[in-house]
Amino acid sequence: MSDKVVRRRRAVLAVLVLLSLFLLTAYFGESSNGTLHGVQRGAMEVLAPIQEGANRALKPFRDLFGWFGDTLDAKSERDKLRAENDKLRNELIQATDEKRQLEQYKGLAQQNEQGGLSHYQPVSARVIARSPSSWYQTFQINKGSSDGVRVDQPVVNDAGLVGKVKSVSDGNAVVMLLTDPEFGVSAQALESGEPGSVGPAVGAPGDLRFELVPNAKNVRKGEHIITAGTSTSSRVSDLRSLYPRGILIGTVKRIETGEGELDRVIHVAPVADLHNLDVVEVLTEPHNDVRAQATP
Amino acid sequence: MSPQAAGRLALLGLLGGIVELTTVSQISIFGVPADLTPLLVCSVGFLCGSVPGAVFGFCLGLFVDTALLQTLGVNSLLYTAVGYGAGRLRELRDPAHALAPVAVGAAATAIATIGFSLLQFLLGVEAPVSWLLLRQILMTIVLNTLLALPVYMVCRRLLAPFLPDDPRRRRRRAYTTGGLSPLSKA
Repeated sequence: MSDKVVRRRRAVLAVLVLLSLFLLTAYFGESSNGTLHGVQRGAMEVLAPIQEGANRALKPFRDLFGWFGDTLDAKSERDKLRAENDKLRNELIQATDEKRQLEQYKGLAQQNEQGGLSHYQPVSARVIARSPSSWYQTFQINKGSSDGVRVDQPVVNDAGLVGKVKSVSDGNAVVMLLTDPEFGVSAQALESGEPGSVGPAVGAPGDLRFELVPNAKNVRKGEHIITAGTSTSSRVSDLRSLYPRGILIGTVKRIETGEGELDRVIHVAPVADLHNLDVVEVLTEPHNDVRAQATP
Repeated sequence: MSPQAAGRLALLGLLGGIVELTTVSQISIFGVPADLTPLLVCSVGFLCGSVPGAVFGFCLGLFVDTALLQTLGVNSLLYTAVGYGAGRLRELRDPAHALAPVAVGAAATAIATIGFSLLQFLLGVEAPVSWLLLRQILMTIVLNTLLALPVYMVCRRLLAPFLPDDPRRRRRRAYTTGGLSPLSKA
């Protein structure tokens, strides 16, 4: 290859590079009204119709590629949004559940503080299973004998009495609801002071009866029914009631009057929402107050 | 170079530039549009030699800068280097492998995109060097690598009558002439 060719090639390169650098420097240095800007605008005006024509002519090709791209994008976006939707829905469910549980925990804590349940050594437990049968009004909790839970200990939630422990294993326990046919608790009408016994209304799920009330005519509709916590002996081992005094059971919903005083039937609605139980407390030392009184 | 060859190169540059600006730049694949201009420049340089490649690159760069109202000279400088480099590769090495245009296209796109970004930073355009920018550069290189061979084939078909030697015979010639390019004899 001759030197002339090499020199020419290098000269062309040098000229082009220098021209580029000159254009770059001049364009960058001048104002927007400068010569190069004006030339550029003029060239653009010339090119604009060509570009517009080409743009229209090539639009079908662009649309075709765009259609493929949009379809692929739409599919991937749909999958992405679907996954995001599932994730958000799960998060919402979890958040709602946690919020509800938190409210119940707060209610329990408030009840422990203000209702004086804290000295009964409450053990918080989550409901982990529930009997689907209306014949067995029971549910299962995630605390058992290793947590101090024993049979017959009262179970409450932030509203009031829920039931009692029916059976216990090491890590969980079965709780009998107060609407179970086998359930019974000595009770007292809060306002009138009438004693009695609360048990389930047979054949009416979710309904309770306040029975064996000496002066039933004194009990009024809307009156609160609480646990009586009665005992006939000063010895702790002879306690007849399993429940400490003052736990709210329900409110008098309806009173059926009969021919005589004994025919009067007092219906009580449980104060605890037994269908929506997530968090409960087992009172592991329900007789602490009685012990305190019995101790000389 | 004959006037007919120059005219065909001009036509190729004009059509290629318009197609790039009006259509290809508006189609996103892998999230980025393809950039045919460095592929055209390197193909011309690879087929015609360093001087035509550099001149073609300068002109196409100037056209792109003008049409897009960008700073004049930026693309001219880069494409001049790309066209010249591709032409010198052909003149010195004369790679006969069928996939050589793919490698040249990838390298040309890398030089053009990275060089463009560097020049923008040097000119004081305030933009952070983000992963997004690096990803876009990388995806453009990948996309252009895929398009390099078709673009090269189109260029070769358009320029074949004016080339000093039919590129399809280069492989055979490489065995008979010891690999020297006819462009180096010019």
